[in-house]
Amino acid sequence: MKTFLILGAGTGGTMVANKMAQHLDAREWRIMIVDRDENHYYQPGFLFIPFGIYSTADVIKPKRNFLPPQVEVIFSDIELIEPDENRVRLVKGERVIHYDYLVIATGAHIKPEETPGLMDGGWHKNIYDFYTLEGASALSRAFKFWKGGRMVVNVVEMPIKCPVAPLEFLFLADWFFHERGIRDKVDITFATPLPGAFTKPRASSILGNILAEKNIRLEPEFNIMEVDNDKQVIRSYDEREIEYDLLITIPTNMGADVIARSGMGDELQFVPVNKHTLQSNQWENVWVIGDASNVPASKAGSVAHFMLDVLVENILRHMEGLEPQPKFDGHANCFIESGFEKGILIDFNYEVEPLPGKFPLPGFGPFSLLKESAVNHWGKMMFRWIYWNMLLKGEEMPFESQMTMAGKWA
Amino acid sequence: MATREIAGKTVEVNEEGFMTDPNQWDKEIAVELAKEEGIPELTPAHWKIIEYCRQSAAKTGAAPTLRNITVGAGVSTKDLFALFPKGPAKKVARIAGLGKPEGCV
Repeated sequence: MKTFLILGAGTGGTMVANKMAQHLDAREWRIMIVDRDENHYYQPGFLFIPFGIYSTADVIKPKRNFLPPQVEVIFSDIELIEPDENRVRLVKGERVIHYDYLVIATGAHIKPEETPGLMDGGWHKNIYDFYTLEGASALSRAFKFWKGGRMVVNVVEMPIKCPVAPLEFLFLADWFFHERGIRDKVDITFATPLPGAFTKPRASSILGNILAEKNIRLEPEFNIMEVDNDKQVIRSYDEREIEYDLLITIPTNMGADVIARSGMGDELQFVPVNKHTLQSNQWENVWVIGDASNVPASKAGSVAHFMLDVLVENILRHMEGLEPQPKFDGHANCFIESGFEKGILIDFNYEVEPLPGKFPLPGFGPFSLLKESAVNHWGKMMFRWIYWNMLLKGEEMPFESQMTMAGKWA
Repeated sequence: MATREIAGKTVEVNEEGFMTDPNQWDKEIAVELAKEEGIPELTPAHWKIIEYCRQSAAKTGAAPTLRNITVGAGVSTKDLFALFPKGPAKKVARIAGLGKPEGCV
């Protein structure tokens, strides 16, 4: 009996388990998946929690519900990965698993402790994150009774999961304070290490204009050095200071600690892989999906989804002694909530930046690219259902994994 | 691919002004590119970082990220920002004749 082991049962790991269960002969292979948490979190939903649009119940379901019955699910922390020995040590029962193939899907996680002062004093009192369920829930309670003041949204360093989420947060905050009738009492600043609102030039300029229209101040090239809790300022390496009453932080994102413990990661604990095949640079039976890898694509569920078919095909080819195919193009597709029941959609890859146009059907849509529309907003709202009912199970989507130029205006 | 003349040599550059072939680079080019980035003089401390980035890129095929530079070249983030103000990883990459760091996505 051979073992196909998956570490992490989030979006990427769950999809891989479902796909491999369809492909591997159960008489020959056992599929195992390990995760520390019995709950599956719909992470894109965390964004809506501070504004009372979603509750905790909307974003949590048991992991077991999304995994096929023939997959052995183990809930445990991982002690160590020993790729030279094809072996993984678990914390629970000190169990040791020997594998033939390993897929790492351990994700990216916030590390507020990387920024001096971020967790001293103000943490979850007047400093919040919205990348964890605890942070988003604590912020929803803070927002309920907030009377206004200076709100600063700060991205500590790139890369971060879902690079559009900070912008969506800003747009939704503008709408939320309007609805509550206190927008004139809230001063909003966005401090980012990037030279503009976003990473890619065309999208950055369009999204930057929307920030300006909504009266949100942009502080670009702001690389935070420390948080001064007493003076309530964030300070950059070039000695700029921004005062806050409420600080919303997107802390440093890093791969799982077990990656560093196992000596498998880069400086941010992400696993180096070939960016087109998703195979480890060092171990040929180790593959990585989603946020855990070091590929220079956005860290997002849509990207993990576009990686899926390439990864599964390459693993199956490898099992037959064939070379992996370099078919992953860095494709990402993100709905950006822009407030007031509107949204923007962007579609891009390693080479092509987000462009205007229609998606997925050229000329027709129904979604508009790089432009605000109500249909885009409803697409985002519908996506939660698609995520729980189709995407995690690895079902077919109405578009290809590779990005297409059809329908885009270059 | 566009070309331009720097320090009397013709080199290939992309639309953001990053050189596309690290082999066309030399120290005179670096001095000129540094001036364009607002650094009038390259000190030994600057050169140490530039050389680290060149070596790192030769090994990995890509310009190193900010964290990679601080860990690999043994320089504090604060000092790195003092040497190459605003966006150090991007600035060093451009001066060192490397592509834009891939950390920004």
